[in-house]
Amino acid sequence: MSATALFGQLLLGLINGSFYAMLSLGLAIIFGLLAIVNAAQGAFYMLGAFIAWMLFQYLGIGYWASFVLAPLAVAIIGMILERTLIRRVYNLDHLYGLLLTLGLFQIIQGMFVHWYGTSGQPYDYPDILTGGHNLGFMFLPTYRAWVVVASLIFCFGTWYAIEKTRLGAYLRAATENPTLVRAFGINVPMLVTLAFGGGVALAGLAGVLAAPIYQVNPLMGGNILTTVFAVVVVGGFGSILGAIVTGLALGVLEGFSKVFYPEASNMVIFAVMIVVLMIKPAGLFGRER
Amino acid sequence: MLEIAGLHGFYGESHVLHGVDLSVRAGEVVTIVGRNGAGKTTTLRAVMGILQKRSGSIRVMGTETIKLPPERVARLGVGYVPEERGIFASLNVTENLMLPPTLAPGGMTTEEIYRLFPNLKDRAKSQGSKLTGGEQQMLAIARVLRTGAKFLLLDEPTEGLAPVIVQQIGRVLETIKERNLTVLLVEQNFRFAARVSDRHYVMESGKIIDAIGRSEIAGKMERLEEYLGV
Repeated sequence: MSATALFGQLLLGLINGSFYAMLSLGLAIIFGLLAIVNAAQGAFYMLGAFIAWMLFQYLGIGYWASFVLAPLAVAIIGMILERTLIRRVYNLDHLYGLLLTLGLFQIIQGMFVHWYGTSGQPYDYPDILTGGHNLGFMFLPTYRAWVVVASLIFCFGTWYAIEKTRLGAYLRAATENPTLVRAFGINVPMLVTLAFGGGVALAGLAGVLAAPIYQVNPLMGGNILTTVFAVVVVGGFGSILGAIVTGLALGVLEGFSKVFYPEASNMVIFAVMIVVLMIKPAGLFGRER
Repeated sequence: MLEIAGLHGFYGESHVLHGVDLSVRAGEVVTIVGRNGAGKTTTLRAVMGILQKRSGSIRVMGTETIKLPPERVARLGVGYVPEERGIFASLNVTENLMLPPTLAPGGMTTEEIYRLFPNLKDRAKSQGSKLTGGEQQMLAIARVLRTGAKFLLLDEPTEGLAPVIVQQIGRVLETIKERNLTVLLVEQNFRFAARVSDRHYVMESGKIIDAIGRSEIAGKMERLEEYLGV
């Protein structure tokens, strides 16, 4: 096989891995603080892409404004859902949170299928990111390089904010003992709402990044969600760094398998998941509880 | 500083506080003594707003707090040191120390805290989970001294600690008094409590059944021992 094909698939793997990383990072933050397995994460990814597309289609707002506005809109929608619905199941078994968010996912996806069908809408590359560079061993499309760089910046920026800043210390402390953090004078219910908003905004941002590469399709969230759950299981639920590293690594692995044994590419992540579950059930970066 | 009147408290369906009345004046150290399960810890949790099923009146520095959430109570200038110490395992010593936000000016500086608790300085980068019981207790107290809280709720600070550490905590309480902070202390170790407190309340079955001033302690020692069942 040619080196070009290899590097091309590697790049695509990195891109998919970036999306997996952003979505599972959002899941990890939400699970850590809310103990909710957010099955609607895929819907927020789809919403990010769709909002960017709608902003352009109906208001003529371009990529760069959407890059800020769409994740913000996703965060606001998420925070409203957290305040009105998700908050009600915190004191119940984890399963209720999963079922509630799965229901939300179906409703959001169903609405968009109803309005826009399942054929997919094209979304253009921003002008300055069209074209690409010939690196000698491969052709590197500028937009794809941007996706990898942008998601790495956002993933590690999020990691830094959680591990190294004061707000992050509140988040980590509130994950451990929310009552005591409140007794120190910190408004934890507000912190929870913001964390949920931030967690889904990461999915929305991934959606905007994905829009020009894949078509904007109401079903895009469901397709990625199953894989993202497998990523989260492999990385270990709730682990921030685990979500990032595992997301990228499994994306690359999936890319490689497309080169060497395409038939396996759809299942390689799940095969890894089964092996990890047998050897280290808490996940590669997770702690046994 | 604190006035509690007719406080009732509930854990789920069980009624645990049955009309608690007590008051703490500014600058006092007041202890609640009593047997296990008398409702001492629950009283502190009710003041802090952690126990949410409560009724009656709790006034903190003149503000009625019976309906306030914990973060609002804390913002009035209340520092809470829970019985289980509440050191965050995923944060290191410095992060634990710096976690509670400043509530009012006049808190201890980091240097003053390290002078009072030299062990904490040596362990600044250790994870909270790696500390001994004594170090955890020191950190739990140090953490609220930094915030400028004027009123401290201390829940059994000497529980399960070696005598030498208990002495050290006694010295910390003397420093707290010198700084004119107000303390409501829950304590099983009556000898420790007698040394640092201005007054004592005796609690039994969710009620205050006796109040003893500092000067009366010697005369009432026998009765106290009877209350505490020692």
